[in-house]
Amino acid sequence: MKTTLVENYPGFADGIQGMDLMGIQAERFGTEVVYDDVTAVKLTGPVKMVSLGSGEQVQARTIIFATGSANRKLGLADETRLSGYGVSWCATCDGFFFRGQTVAVVGGGDSALEEATFLSRFADTVHLIHRGETLCASQVMQDRAAADPKIVLHLHSRVEHIHDAEHVTGITITDTLDGDSQELPLQGLFVAIESDPRTHLVHGQLAFTEHGTIEVEHPSSRTEIAGVFAAGDVVDAHYRQAVTAAASGTIAAHDAEEYLAALNDPQTRAQPNLTRATAGSAGA
Amino acid sequence: MSSSPVTDATFQAEVLNSDTPVLVDFWATWCGPCRAVSPIFDQIGTEHPDRIRVVKIDVDANPVTAQKYGITSIPAMKVFLGGEVVKTVIGAKPKPALETDFADWL
Repeated sequence: MKTTLVENYPGFADGIQGMDLMGIQAERFGTEVVYDDVTAVKLTGPVKMVSLGSGEQVQARTIIFATGSANRKLGLADETRLSGYGVSWCATCDGFFFRGQTVAVVGGGDSALEEATFLSRFADTVHLIHRGETLCASQVMQDRAAADPKIVLHLHSRVEHIHDAEHVTGITITDTLDGDSQELPLQGLFVAIESDPRTHLVHGQLAFTEHGTIEVEHPSSRTEIAGVFAAGDVVDAHYRQAVTAAASGTIAAHDAEEYLAALNDPQTRAQPNLTRATAGSAGA
Repeated sequence: MSSSPVTDATFQAEVLNSDTPVLVDFWATWCGPCRAVSPIFDQIGTEHPDRIRVVKIDVDANPVTAQKYGITSIPAMKVFLGGEVVKTVIGAKPKPALETDFADWL
């Protein structure tokens, strides 16, 4: 959930804040929102189990996976250490701090070009570093970046090293065609390479497609395990829009409701689907 | 209860001169993850009133303080004790993870 202003959500002519699209409405209908990390899930059997970072466990007859996607890291040694000290994954959050400075964006897709264009509002120079020989962003994004005098494009290049003195001071990039290296002095490094569906919780429990998304019976949200559904970026590696994810979530909610009704359990309607119990020693 | 805002003008008195530890939440209105963690800090402040004071500072309106402490990613959370930074956490996390990060001060 990085996007600040969602510009293309139907019905909101002036755009809407990503945060305002979420949560509030579902809570009005009795949804209890628990803000925590899920550490493990057990999907088999009629009652599923979700373990939380707090040590609590949530039991449910159905689970909908809507865990989205996560940015891929560059895989450099100092990347994590320097997060928040010049390395950033969110241009809309952090671009403001680089007013009048030099930054780099790594990536060549829509999100990388969107970040580069956004950052050029603040930074004096934006190096755009992409390992491929051509960009993969949409033509309109490429045209916008090409027309921006602050954006300097480095194709077939990869980041070799991040230099720092507590805070990022520069990077070394290598041209993959001729092997030449150069150092770019800069203060900010924004990573915007591909993102992957966030599915580590269900590895070994559910089937996956060749794109790494959870296998579902399209157009439904049903996975191979009864009572387990998936929606949003974890089932869609292609469109990944706020509105397509919302529609996908609606489908999953309907599928879950139908599943519960079909259980033919008189208690299904009488009792809430969710129960919570604090695990004895798990939280210690 | 919402944690109280501080500014460039009040930072010295409210944070640096405080006798008790102060947890400062550096945030901005346009930062989605900041808005997600903000209610968690309100709760932490309410739950540990005798241990720590929780305040927030809008980096957009108060650039001097943000620059002084080298803030380049938000949300950034810093504990100040005796005018010094004694703990820094950067990035939104769920409440149990933040409670673990700040366990020494809660």
